[in-house]
Amino acid sequence: MGTPAIEIEGLTKDYAVGFWRKRMRRSLDNLTLQVQEGEAFGFLGPNGAGKTTTLKLLMSLIFPTAGTARVRGRSIDNVRMHREIGYLPEQPYFYDYLTARELLDYYARLFGYPAIERRQRVTRFLEHVGLADAGDVQLRKFSKGMLQRVGIAQAIIHDPQVVFLDEPMSGLDPVGRREVRDIILDLKRQGRTVFFSTHILSDAEMLCDRVAVLLGGKLQGVGAPGEIVSMEVYGMEIFFEMRAGSSLPTALAGHAARIGERYRVEVQEEQLYSALEQLRSCEARILSVTPRRPTLEDYFLKLVARDKAAAHPAGESAR
Amino acid sequence: MSTIPGVVAINTFREAVRDRVLYNLIFFALMMISASILVGEISIGISRLVIINLGLSAISIFGLIMAIFIGVGLVSKEIEKRTLYTLLSKPVRRWEFLVGKFGGLLLTLTVNTALMTLGLAAALFYVSGNFLRADVSILVAVYFILLELALVTALALFFSCFSSPMLSTLFTLGIYVAGIFSKDIRDIGILTLNPVMQAAARVLYYVLPNFHNFNAITAAAHGESIPVSLIWQNTAYAGLYVALVLIGASAVFSGRNLK
Amino acid sequence: MSGQSHTRSLGFALIAIPILFLAIAWLQTRIDVETRTIAQQKEELLLRSGPLLKKLSLGYDSLLADIYWTRAVQYYGGRVGNAGEKFELLWPLLDITTSLDPKLIVAYRFGAIFLSEPAPMGADRADLAVELVKRGVAANPDDWRLDSDLGFLYYWHLKNYPEASAAYLEASKKKDGPVLMKMMAAEVAAKGNSFSASTAIWSEIYDTAQDPAVKKNAFQHLQSLQAQQDLLALDKYAEDYRRRNGRYPTTTRELYESGVLSGVPLDPAGIAYIFGSDGKAQLDPNSSVILDKPSKRSPR
Repeated sequence: MGTPAIEIEGLTKDYAVGFWRKRMRRSLDNLTLQVQEGEAFGFLGPNGAGKTTTLKLLMSLIFPTAGTARVRGRSIDNVRMHREIGYLPEQPYFYDYLTARELLDYYARLFGYPAIERRQRVTRFLEHVGLADAGDVQLRKFSKGMLQRVGIAQAIIHDPQVVFLDEPMSGLDPVGRREVRDIILDLKRQGRTVFFSTHILSDAEMLCDRVAVLLGGKLQGVGAPGEIVSMEVYGMEIFFEMRAGSSLPTALAGHAARIGERYRVEVQEEQLYSALEQLRSCEARILSVTPRRPTLEDYFLKLVARDKAAAHPAGESAR
Repeated sequence: MSTIPGVVAINTFREAVRDRVLYNLIFFALMMISASILVGEISIGISRLVIINLGLSAISIFGLIMAIFIGVGLVSKEIEKRTLYTLLSKPVRRWEFLVGKFGGLLLTLTVNTALMTLGLAAALFYVSGNFLRADVSILVAVYFILLELALVTALALFFSCFSSPMLSTLFTLGIYVAGIFSKDIRDIGILTLNPVMQAAARVLYYVLPNFHNFNAITAAAHGESIPVSLIWQNTAYAGLYVALVLIGASAVFSGRNLK
Repeated sequence: MSGQSHTRSLGFALIAIPILFLAIAWLQTRIDVETRTIAQQKEELLLRSGPLLKKLSLGYDSLLADIYWTRAVQYYGGRVGNAGEKFELLWPLLDITTSLDPKLIVAYRFGAIFLSEPAPMGADRADLAVELVKRGVAANPDDWRLDSDLGFLYYWHLKNYPEASAAYLEASKKKDGPVLMKMMAAEVAAKGNSFSASTAIWSEIYDTAQDPAVKKNAFQHLQSLQAQQDLLALDKYAEDYRRRNGRYPTTTRELYESGVLSGVPLDPAGIAYIFGSDGKAQLDPNSSVILDKPSKRSPR
């Protein structure tokens, strides 16, 4: 593999706080990270973990206290780097006196496309994000979900190799989230690098080749969602229905829970087959068998709990 | 040279038009119409003078209000609404954004001023029935007003790069008033007979933007010709000062963290 | 705190801004020259109405008055001594200044001097000066100096001795009005155009003036008065000399040598007086003393 798509080295950001701006608060602490070409990379962490700060640093909207970063081998200071990237800010907002079509045309102009190509691109990307019919509506009349889609369209209007998305799925209804997911998968299929932040773990588990977990400005771990979380299975979950008149096998009767017409039971991995055997013998209908693994959610909660425990005895964590 | 400032400028102009900024022209038109009707009744012999004085003063004041109040919002509005985030993620340098914003408002002001000048011409024709050769100096006076507006816009933009719209308005107004009276500041300094004060007043005189330079309303009203050398000197003065202010604004803004 | 691009733009600004400021200052000097020639073609004051300006000043009328007063002084100072100067804007500027701030005593007092002095030292408009000072008296009834100035205007410039006497008397009645004022009133009423009254007035001005220009002016007037008195006296001696010797003296030394005078009289600048061919005493052309124009000596 050649040059990484994104290289972050020791990126640190202190904000001055307080009236006299004397105290400094570190919102990002020595972040080092590499993202390979073509990866879908999830940037995870609860609100205030430093995800948005990182993205703003990469966009040169704010400037680092220390550290550097390169995108496709180019320093983030280099304005030409911006030809190869797209960016969707958190909760995007656009010139509301423009229509979606005008807005995308404006951004396309910044890349210097001739008029014909601009028109083609704008139409193509409006369709791509499902706004083909709303292209001539002023943005002030757009819902939050529609704005998010316009935001994604503007981020990819110039076919960038690397796309940065800040919380692309927040504030969307399930259908909207599904659509955004499809767009991200599409980008990935085209071989582009997608770097997105989220605090919704299922999205990351579903989409990401690798994830990084950030907490309190510090990197907690990087890896495939499965690496980050131990693959060790701590149980199997079985859903089943009983035939009318038959009773539960005695071995399972103690720990099966009834949910409506169904039953749920959790067993050790090695006991799975004997449990299934017993269920078969009483002609139960097996609905599903799922391995129970710790999720990113669990990992996350554990981290937060550990962080809190560490922070409390030490008192104020601000620097 | 990149075309980005131009693209940003066009969009800024479009924003101003869609925000109904040009509605001020209605007030201007009403004023000129009523003045044209009234002036014949009250002032015999100087109706031309009154129309020119009134028209040019209104062009200047309307322009100033627009330049200051829109100027201080040019940058802060884009930061506040976070529209700047997406813009700067494109291959746009911060100074290009500033120059584009400046150009957009200047374009707006130029169109506005041109339309008001047409209104003034119509009123003048209605009142006096003809145009005189000396009326060319009205156009020069309008041009000087535009130079003044360019400078005010640049100052408003500069202040809005690091302070709130409210404070920027105060700063811009303050500099404008000081710039009108800069000659008097120098003269008061000379009267003090204190060499330090005199030197300070002199420095202030040359450092403050001298808005007195651009006042040619009286000359225009009296149909006096304005020397060509003054036209190019004023042009150069405004051009250099605008460049200076925009360079300063870029230096400040390029290092600013956008929260 | 910042990226490379910021360091670069900061460096550029640090170099470019001083250069631009220098260029701008240079341009301003050129523009000043240009606009000065225009200003001389036609002088204009946009708003000539003091009361209107007072309304427009939004309560900052006294500050505005100070600015207008500065303008008036600059206007006068920039033109004084120019032959043929008419000081057309002087009166409107003073009018506006005193309308904006009627308590600005200095504007009445110096304004009156600027207005009343004959060209090219002033506008030669003693009538307007009287109007200005009268306005000052009305607005500042407790200030004896304004009455004194009024008396002086009547006495010196307008030669209206009854009015002058009345004004001086008024000054003497005010709080802090010096006794000298009463003496002046009497003197002016009794003798009209007399050297002693004039000398007393100019001495008073010389002693109390703080502005160096006014002081110098008073000093010149005092010198002139002294010289005029000397010249009158010398004329008388010359007449005596002629009666005795059958001809006018040609030099003051002749008067001294013939015992008429006990010394050679010098003018206030320290130069001997001379005699003209008509036998009348004169200042030496090299003397720095300037005689006040309307000579009080009647031609023979």
